[in-house]
Amino acid sequence: MKLDEFTTLFPKLPAAMPVWHGTVNAKELRALCEEVRQGGGKLVALWASDETERTSQYALHVALVSAPGMLVLTLLVKNKKPAFPDLSDLFPAADRMQRCVADMMGLHPAGGGNHRKWLRHAAWPSEVHPLRKSFDGNSTFPTDSDDYLFVPVTGNGVHEIAVGPVHAGIIEPGHFRFSIVGERVLKLEERLGYTHKGIEKRFEGMTFQQGAKLAGRVSGDSTVGYTWAYAQAVESITHTTPPPRALWLRGLFLELERLLNHLGDLGYLGNDVALSFGFSQFWILKENLLRVNAELFGHRYLMDRIVPGGVTCDLNNTGLLGLSEMLRNIEHETSILHHIYDEHAGVQDRFLFTGVVAPDLAAQLGLTGLAGRASGQAWDARTQFPCTPYDELDVQMATHRNGDVAARVIMRFEEIAESIRLIRLMLEQLPVGDLISELGCAEEGSLGIGWVEGWRGEILLALHAGKDNCIYRLHPHDPSWQNWPVLEHAIINNIVPDFPLINKSFNLSYSGVDL
Amino acid sequence: MLHIIQQILRTGIKTEAPPQVNDALRNEVQQINEKILHHVGRALAIRHVDAGSCNGCELEIHCLNNPYYNIEGLGIHFVASPRHADMLLVTGPVSRHMEIALRRTYDATPDPKLVIAIGDCGCDGGVFGESYASCGKISNVIRVDITVPGCPPTPTAILQGILTAVSKGK
Repeated sequence: MKLDEFTTLFPKLPAAMPVWHGTVNAKELRALCEEVRQGGGKLVALWASDETERTSQYALHVALVSAPGMLVLTLLVKNKKPAFPDLSDLFPAADRMQRCVADMMGLHPAGGGNHRKWLRHAAWPSEVHPLRKSFDGNSTFPTDSDDYLFVPVTGNGVHEIAVGPVHAGIIEPGHFRFSIVGERVLKLEERLGYTHKGIEKRFEGMTFQQGAKLAGRVSGDSTVGYTWAYAQAVESITHTTPPPRALWLRGLFLELERLLNHLGDLGYLGNDVALSFGFSQFWILKENLLRVNAELFGHRYLMDRIVPGGVTCDLNNTGLLGLSEMLRNIEHETSILHHIYDEHAGVQDRFLFTGVVAPDLAAQLGLTGLAGRASGQAWDARTQFPCTPYDELDVQMATHRNGDVAARVIMRFEEIAESIRLIRLMLEQLPVGDLISELGCAEEGSLGIGWVEGWRGEILLALHAGKDNCIYRLHPHDPSWQNWPVLEHAIINNIVPDFPLINKSFNLSYSGVDL
Repeated sequence: MLHIIQQILRTGIKTEAPPQVNDALRNEVQQINEKILHHVGRALAIRHVDAGSCNGCELEIHCLNNPYYNIEGLGIHFVASPRHADMLLVTGPVSRHMEIALRRTYDATPDPKLVIAIGDCGCDGGVFGESYASCGKISNVIRVDITVPGCPPTPTAILQGILTAVSKGK
């Protein structure tokens, strides 16, 4: 099978985004992945579902993106000694996803490769796989010790610094193992999974309505992105079309979320190079916007504002004027601060050439989202596969090629400017009408895909429908899956004190990948 | 430098008055005697522990450091180690993978110490509840003095919880 046959051989899902889905055998899966890789496409997500009740087999699902859109390939995997072809040689980002599938579902990549556990620490034994249907989500096990083997680095003068899971700042928990000589980092190895709280198991059996709240809390800083992707997936399998006004308001919320996060990050990036002035200034702007959100939409972070079928709040004319005024202020202040950051020798000295990911390395490892665009990876679903309202807004994608902290800072300034432009257009063109449509019925076993370009990168939600509009299996995918392993490369040969700065410039999610 | 000073002068002072104490947030009888509270209340060191949250509560804890809430102006600051802390600000639910780390952090904090559970998940397990992977609320793992519900609670609510913890109980 060839890639160009795919769009004719397999059905296009009734989704807001161009997604095709088909079942393939192991050989076809490898061949299609190879072709996508060679054509410059990328791996978005890899997950498994337990279909043993219906087909007495497991299923592995792989979502790829190439020029026409997204291809979701399903491979049925035998019940006994379940294995699937290793894809980590084609897509290095597949490594941790495959280890997660092994931990959670008990399906293993065939051949060599990395067979260390990933999400499992000590809360359940290795022979237990929580996402199998036979597993009761409420069972508990005596906590064992987490005997995880880090890759040792040896040599004259090499020593290790172990950091976390409880970090020095106000951030999420994770463990970083640095191998260093003097101040210079030879190797960083990440150990995540500390915030694993059983989100995927929790989704199982929820109604589509109930699931929206949990979807909004997979990664709190991307609540709009996740709830929109969730709504897209539900609307796809229930053949529901939300009213135009709801879709435009969702676009507005997503850009507000992007603004909030970029403003906050720019503040912290200033703070991390000892310019606390930058923190104060940007966080005043962020707080102002949070207060406008609370006043207009009833929640500072817009949690639970997007639900399957539409949105739960509206924007009136007074609110519209208030928001426009706020945008003028943010635009004005950000331009002053951008100038100050640019002209500040101490700041630029720390930003430039720090934590470099060159474009070829970024392409090889599959660096995605904002960090990817700072390293020449020109992917932005809002530009390439625009859904309503983006299809009428001509989104301008920002890209840079230096791949250092400075590039990731400039990206944020440019994306703030573009988001402000988009929000203004949305406010001008906001259609009138209803806010929510009634959901249709989903066929048991159908697959719905939600795909949204969040502020960090693309968020994918795969929803396998059960009976009576309930969730059989739901897999949320955060772009941090792709970007965490690249951070290990970005720090090489940098000095230890630059790690917080480099880490902040990526600002990846822990909860979103620990699930 | 001139631009920075101009910008600071133009911005002015944004800091607002802190919220009042709210006794309804107290979880149990106050452990620390009044004399110690008097000192702690003026120079309070807080260690934040994310025991498995979605990162939503962290966003609001960050905001406490912005000029509107200006928590350092009240003598309260966040420290990098539990050994320097008078108070733990814990967000949850407590994932089973963080259970040991949370207990160790608690043990590493010198007595007398205060613990505040932040957010719906920290207070009662929230949307994640208890499961093979989650221990649920913070008080299932360590002793809690004050609970601040909300998803996430606003910075004002968190600040109110902190100020209540260091005020004299009934």
